[in-house]
Amino acid sequence: MHRPFWIALSLICAAYLLFWGFMLGATATYTSPTEIWSILISREIRYATGLSLITCTLAALASLIVAIPIGYLMSRARFPGRSLVDAALDIPIVLPPMVVGLCLLIFFQTPIGQGIEKLIPFTYTVAGVALAQFVIAAAFAIRTMRGVFDHLSARPEDVAMTLGCTRAQAVWHVTLPAARRGMFAAASVAWARSLGEFGPVLVFAGATRMKTEVLPTSVWLAWSVGELEQGVAVSLLMIALSMAVLIAIRLTGERA
Amino acid sequence: MIRLQNISWKAGAFALENVSFDVPAASYAVLMGRTGTGKTSLVEIICGLRSPHHGQVWLNNRDVTRIPPGQRGLGFVPQDGALFPTMTVADQIGFALRIQKAPPNTINATVQELASEMAITHLLDRKPTGLSGGEKQRVALARALAAKPTVLLLDEPLAAVDEDTQTDLIQLLKRTQRQHQITVLHVTHSRREAEALATLHLRLENHQVRIESP
Repeated sequence: MHRPFWIALSLICAAYLLFWGFMLGATATYTSPTEIWSILISREIRYATGLSLITCTLAALASLIVAIPIGYLMSRARFPGRSLVDAALDIPIVLPPMVVGLCLLIFFQTPIGQGIEKLIPFTYTVAGVALAQFVIAAAFAIRTMRGVFDHLSARPEDVAMTLGCTRAQAVWHVTLPAARRGMFAAASVAWARSLGEFGPVLVFAGATRMKTEVLPTSVWLAWSVGELEQGVAVSLLMIALSMAVLIAIRLTGERA
Repeated sequence: MIRLQNISWKAGAFALENVSFDVPAASYAVLMGRTGTGKTSLVEIICGLRSPHHGQVWLNNRDVTRIPPGQRGLGFVPQDGALFPTMTVADQIGFALRIQKAPPNTINATVQELASEMAITHLLDRKPTGLSGGEKQRVALARALAAKPTVLLLDEPLAAVDEDTQTDLIQLLKRTQRQHQITVLHVTHSRREAEALATLHLRLENHQVRIESP
């Protein structure tokens, strides 16, 4: 009786996935595997790949360090202005990425920013790439960790406290071990998000070859000078990396 | 003993007003009341997981109102046992002693002793996933008893188990209370549990606790 309804929904889903399949298929077959390989092993792309892997990992780790306490706070604590803080935490998600880059650039012109720059130079540096990736990725990691803590009952923590733990000890011994798969998922989401980050990196860290060039920058640089094959090769590498992260998250989620 | 003096607490529609009652040492009190009357909140106040707006909580002649939960000398068994998801049964039972930095041989001896008392020795290497409702409650009870509390708070401990298991656990609770000479406050909806276990019947209604005749 409800068959036409489910068939209609399935068709919409199939059409959408097919569209994606065609896009990815077209990109994958645009150029030959030999050409893709020769581009990927070029000095510049190897540098951009290495830098992407390093900065994404740094950004993901920093995101996790911030996301665990904030996610826990937002999940467990009730305090005045909580909904305001909740909305503020989503700002990096809704803000246009270019604007985030511009805000970073302007912040580092202020006296506080200049003070930080004296200790660690961020503007137009490799550290700046990781920072630009972090400011966006952390917001996604926080969302993920909050969801993880929302799904973990607070009762075992309460029991741990009656058994002699402080709140911090209860979280450390009971909640964090139970959240480890969620932490992996949050770090993976942050990592994947950092890998694709382009706007803030371009504005804040620049697009200097062999210096602050990451994979999305390579695609943009290649496209801007009409070298579409290079753009395609790098895009395929990024698709492969993103797929690997997606599969890792799925597998972790299914085991959880 | 447990003594509550003029405990008041409010959160939204929930309210406890000037709740006062005594549970004498080594007795078994059963607290009944309708859903939503604040029984769990009352248990949490005694545990120290919530602070009352007014009033005092006394345990064994000591005012514990401002003392953290872990220093009150009580054991707590919530409805579903609330076992620690990643720990083995042995680690759960030894948890309180590990936090107190007890020597490993003391921890092992206590774990073995309580596991044998609760008839869960065969489960010591298992994690909570896959344990039955009754097994979970036995583990939760052993975990609560490991630190040798003088007061045991049970929040609907038999609500999630079948009738046969309830009968077994009622006998176990009775035996445990006698053996450890512990003061118990047991929250339940079940008249059967109250009749089988209580030496003191309490009822929470209209924001107050009153002593009931059995």
